[in-house]
Amino acid sequence: METNLLSVIIFAPLAGAAINWFVGRRVRDERFIGLVACGSIAISTVVAFYLAFNSHGALRGEEPLLDHIWTWLDVGTLRADFALAMDRLSGTYALFVTFVGLLIHIFAIGYMHGEAGFYRFFSYLNLFMFAMLTLVLANNFVLMFVGWEGVGLCSYLLIGYYFDRKEAGDAAKKAFITNRIGDWGFILGVMLTFFITGSVSFFANPAAGEAATTALSFFQSRPVEPFTFGAIFAGGATTVAMLLFIGAAGKSAQIPLYVWLPDAMAGPTPVSALIHAATMVTAGVYMIVRCSEIFVHAPTAMFVVAIIGAATALFAATIGLAQNDIKKVLAYSTVSQLGYMFLACGVGAFVAAIFHVITHAFFKALLFLGSGSVIHGMHHEQDMRRMGNLRKYMPVTFVTMFIGWLAISGIPIFAGFFSKDEILWKAWSAAGIGSASKILWIVGAITALLTAIYMTRMMVMTFWGSERFDKAHHHPHESPKLMTVPLIVLAILSTIGGFIGVPYAMSSLVTEKNINVIEHTLEPVIAHTDHTDLHSHDEIVAERLLAGGSIAIAVIGIGIGWTVFKKRPTLAMPRILENKYYVDEIYDATLIRPILVGSREGLWKIFDIGVIDGLLHGIGQSVTELGRLGRYLQAGFVRAYAAIILIGALILIGLFAFLGFPRG
Amino acid sequence: MEPQLSWYLALSAVLFTIGVTGVIIKRNIIAMFMCIELMLNAVNLTFVAFSSFFQDVTGQLFVFIVMTVAAAEAAVGLGIIIAIFRNRETLDVDEASILKL
Repeated sequence: METNLLSVIIFAPLAGAAINWFVGRRVRDERFIGLVACGSIAISTVVAFYLAFNSHGALRGEEPLLDHIWTWLDVGTLRADFALAMDRLSGTYALFVTFVGLLIHIFAIGYMHGEAGFYRFFSYLNLFMFAMLTLVLANNFVLMFVGWEGVGLCSYLLIGYYFDRKEAGDAAKKAFITNRIGDWGFILGVMLTFFITGSVSFFANPAAGEAATTALSFFQSRPVEPFTFGAIFAGGATTVAMLLFIGAAGKSAQIPLYVWLPDAMAGPTPVSALIHAATMVTAGVYMIVRCSEIFVHAPTAMFVVAIIGAATALFAATIGLAQNDIKKVLAYSTVSQLGYMFLACGVGAFVAAIFHVITHAFFKALLFLGSGSVIHGMHHEQDMRRMGNLRKYMPVTFVTMFIGWLAISGIPIFAGFFSKDEILWKAWSAAGIGSASKILWIVGAITALLTAIYMTRMMVMTFWGSERFDKAHHHPHESPKLMTVPLIVLAILSTIGGFIGVPYAMSSLVTEKNINVIEHTLEPVIAHTDHTDLHSHDEIVAERLLAGGSIAIAVIGIGIGWTVFKKRPTLAMPRILENKYYVDEIYDATLIRPILVGSREGLWKIFDIGVIDGLLHGIGQSVTELGRLGRYLQAGFVRAYAAIILIGALILIGLFAFLGFPRG
Repeated sequence: MEPQLSWYLALSAVLFTIGVTGVIIKRNIIAMFMCIELMLNAVNLTFVAFSSFFQDVTGQLFVFIVMTVAAAEAAVGLGIIIAIFRNRETLDVDEASILKL
C-alpha cells in the first residue's frame, strides 16, 4: 500500500536539523532549540505509531506500506529509488527508534544545558535520527547504505562533539575509520547481491515500475547452500552473507571491529545512549534480520555469525568486569549484549535478536542516561573509584538505574530476562550445528553470569559504600525533571517491556493463550531455518529448566558481585582485563604503526616526494631550460632577425634547388 | 640587340641582393626602410618582365597590388619610425633592442 505519510517520519527530523542549524545558531535560545529538536522527533514518533497501528497499519497487515518518493538511480538494469517501506520489521524498529530517541532528546536538553554548542548538538542529533530512520525504512540496499553512512557520519560528528579535546577527535576518527572497513564489506555484499539477483530492492513496488523479483525474494526459491568452508568463497548466498556480516560487524562493534565503540564514549552521554547503545549499533542486527532470507540459505555464514557473536559477548563481558570509568563499563556491556544479538541471528533466532534489540534499547538507554545523570550530578566525574553512596544524593537516578541493573542482569519480570533467556534457549536448541549449540549456550551462560557481576560492581561502586569523592568540592545533586522523567519512563519500559515476548513455555504456566506478541508480529516477515519450533512437551520442559538456570545464574552473579565488591568496591582487577587484553596496543603495533610508517617513509617520502613531485618538478625544470635556450634567439636586434629570415630563405631555396619542387 | 628576359631578371636579382644586404648591414632605420622598398621594387620588376614575356596581364596586376601595399606599409613604417625617434632621439636600430618603447 502506498502512503506518503511515511516520508514525514524521516523528513521531520531533517527539517528539525536544518532549522536548528540555520535558525538555532542565531537564536541561541535553549528553549527554542530544544523545542524544535524534540518537536520534530515527536512528529516522527506520532506518525510512526499511527502508521504502525491504524486499522491497516504496518504491524497489523501483511503487506508493507510503501512510499516511492522519487526515482533515484535508473541505469541499465539497476533500479534504486528513494523509496521507503514499512513492514512489520522496519515498523517495529521505527517505533522504538523514534520513541527512545524522543526520550533521549528530552533528557539531552537537561544534560546539555549551558553548552556553547547547544544548537550544533541538537542539529547533529536530529540529523542522526533522519539517517537512522532512512536506514531502517529504506526499501533497497542502496538507500539503506545512504542511511548507513549517514548514521556513521553523525556518529563521527557527535563523538567528536568536544572537538577541542584530543581524545574526542581521535575517538571520532577511530570510529569512522573502523566503520569504513565494515562499509567496504557491506557495499561489496550489495554489489554481489545485485550481480546475483539483478535487484537491490527489498519489496517490489510494481506501481513505481520495479521488477517483481527483489533481492530477497530471489533467494527464496534457491536451495540452501552446503555447510562447508568453501561455500564462503563460492560467490553465492554464503559469500553475500559473509560480506554483509562484515558490514554488520563494523557497525555493531563485533570482533574484530569492536574497538571503536568503547572509545566512542568520549561523546556526550546522551549520544552514547542514543547512538552507541540503543539505535545505531543495532543497525547491523537489523540488516542481518532484514536479509534473513539470504542468511538462512547460507548455513556457514550463520555459523560464523553465531561464533563471532558468542565470542564478542564473552570477550567484552570480561573486559567490562575491570573498567573503572562508568561509561566504559556500559560500553563494553553494550558490545557484549550486541554479541548476544548476533548469537541469536547466527542460530536462526531472528525474532529473539530483534526482541533483545528492543529490550536492550530500553534498559541500556536507561543505564546510559542514568550514568549521564550521575556524571551530571558529579560535575563531570566519570571514574567510579571517586564515587560511592550516591543513592543518598540521587534517589530517582538510583531507583531507575536499579531497575536497569535488574533488567540487564536477567532477573525475572524485568525486560532483559525474557529476551536473554530466549536467546540462550534458542542457542541451546539450535539445529544443524551439532554439539556446537551446547558450547554456544555455555558461552552465553557464562556471559550472563559475568554481566550480572560487572553490573553489580558498577552499581555498588556508584551507589553504595563510602563517599570517595572530595566532599569539599563535590556536592552531588539530583538532576532536573527534564532528565529524571525520561529515566522514569525508560525504567517503566525496562520493567514491563519484556512482556511483549513471553515465551509459550512460560505463559502456558498461567494461560493457554500464546501471548508472545513480538513473535506473532515478526514471524511472517522473517525467513525460517528448518529448525522445528513445535511446542512439544519435552521442549517446554527443557525450556523451563533452562529458564530456571538463567534465573539462578543471574542471582548467583549478583550475589558474587555483591559479596566481593560491597566491602571492597575499589578492589584491583586483573591488569590484563583493565587494559582490555591490550587489543588496542596490538592493533597499534600490527596495523596502525606499519601503515603509518609505510605511509610516511614509503608513500610520502619515496612515492610522493620522489615520483610525483619529481615528475612535476622535472617537467617545470625542462621547460625552464628550453626557454633559456630559446631566449638567445630573441635578443631584440632587428638586423639579427633579418639575417635569420635570410638564412631561412636561403636554406629553403637551396633545398628547392637541390631537390626540385615537390609535385603533387 | 633586343633586351632578353634574363637581363631583367639579373637586374632584379642584383637590386634584391642590394636590398637584403642593406637591411642586414645598415643600422639606420630610414636606410633599412629604403632597402626594403628596393627589394619590393626588385620583385615588381620580375613581375613586369614575366608579364611581358608570357604576354599575360596578371603580372601587371600584381605589381599594382604590391605598390598599394608598399604605400600603406610606408605610411605605417614611417609612423613607427617617428614614434621611436621621439622616444630615443636616435634612429639606430640596435639601440631599440629591448622589445618595448
